[in-house]
Amino acid sequence: MKKVKVYVTLRESVLDPQGSAVMGSLHKMGYGEVQDVRIGKYLELVIGDSERDVDALVEELCSRLLANTVIEDYRYEIEEVVSQ
Amino acid sequence: MKFAVIVFPGSNCDLDMYHAIKDELGEEAEYVWHDTHDLSSYDGILLPGGFSYGDYLRAGAIARFSGVMDEVRKAAEAGKPVLGICNGFQILTEAGLLPGVLLRNKDLKFTCRTVSLKVENANTLFTNDYAQGEEIRIPVAHGEGNYYCDDATYQHLKDNNQIVFTYAEDFNGSRNNVAGIINERGNVLGMMPHPERAVSDLIGGTDGLPLFRSIVKQWRESHVSHA
Repeated sequence: MKKVKVYVTLRESVLDPQGSAVMGSLHKMGYGEVQDVRIGKYLELVIGDSERDVDALVEELCSRLLANTVIEDYRYEIEEVVSQ
Repeated sequence: MKFAVIVFPGSNCDLDMYHAIKDELGEEAEYVWHDTHDLSSYDGILLPGGFSYGDYLRAGAIARFSGVMDEVRKAAEAGKPVLGICNGFQILTEAGLLPGVLLRNKDLKFTCRTVSLKVENANTLFTNDYAQGEEIRIPVAHGEGNYYCDDATYQHLKDNNQIVFTYAEDFNGSRNNVAGIINERGNVLGMMPHPERAVSDLIGGTDGLPLFRSIVKQWRESHVSHA
C-alpha cells in the first residue's frame, strides 16, 4: 500500500485572485513582508497493491483528472505504508 | 429537430433549456441522464448550466468523465450541433472539445445580471440568425467565467474566427472579453452567458432566441437539401 501526496499549483502565468485577496488581508493585518500568495490544492491518495507501476499510475491520475495542465502544474510524493 | 438536454447531478438550467426548445421554439426536447450511452437518436446536444458534481476539484472536471461524455464526443465528431452553456462550457473545455479553461472571476464575485454581448461571428450554425457585430443583451450567472488560454491558442482562435461572442465590457477578467467560442469545425459552441434565459419578453428579453432558431434553421436546410 502506498500513500501519495499530490500538490496541484496554478502556473506562474495564471493570475490567482484568491491568492491576491489573501495577500491583501495579510498586508492589512500588518504582515507587509509577504510578497506573494498563491493558493493551490493538496490531495492525499492511498493506493492499494497493484501490478501497475505506481509512478506511471499517479502521473496518469494527475494529468487526466487531478490537475488541468492548461493552467496547473502538479508534483507528488509517494510513501510506502506498512499495513497493520 | 430533436434535442437532448444532458442532465448531470447538480445541473440546474436544464429546465430553462428544455422550456426554450419545447415551448418557445416548438421543437422536440428530452432530458437525458448523464449515464446514458446512446445519443444517436438526437439531432442536437445541449449541455446546460449548473454545478455538476458540486464543481468539486474544478468546474466541469468530474462531469467530463460521465458516461454520456463519450457519446457527446461522438456526436461532435459526427458534426451534430453541441452547445454548452455556463457549466456546459466548462465541461466542454475540461473534455478538450474546446480549448482553454474558465477561471474564477477576477473580482471573486458570482455575477448574476444581464450584460451586453457582441456577435463577433454571425457565420456559424449557432449565430446565422444574428447580424455580424450585433449587440445583444443576455444574462450571465457565474463565479467561474474568466476565460483563459495561452497566447498561441488565442491567436489560433482569432485567426479562425472561433471567437463567437465577446462581452461589451469586461467584468470577469476573460481574455480579450471572450464570452463564447466555437471549435474549428464549427459545430461545438461553448458560452458563459445564458441565451436560454432570454427567450421571452415576459422574463426580460428575447435576444437568446435567434441562437436556437439558427441551430434549427441550419438543421432544416441541411436535411431538406439531402432529402
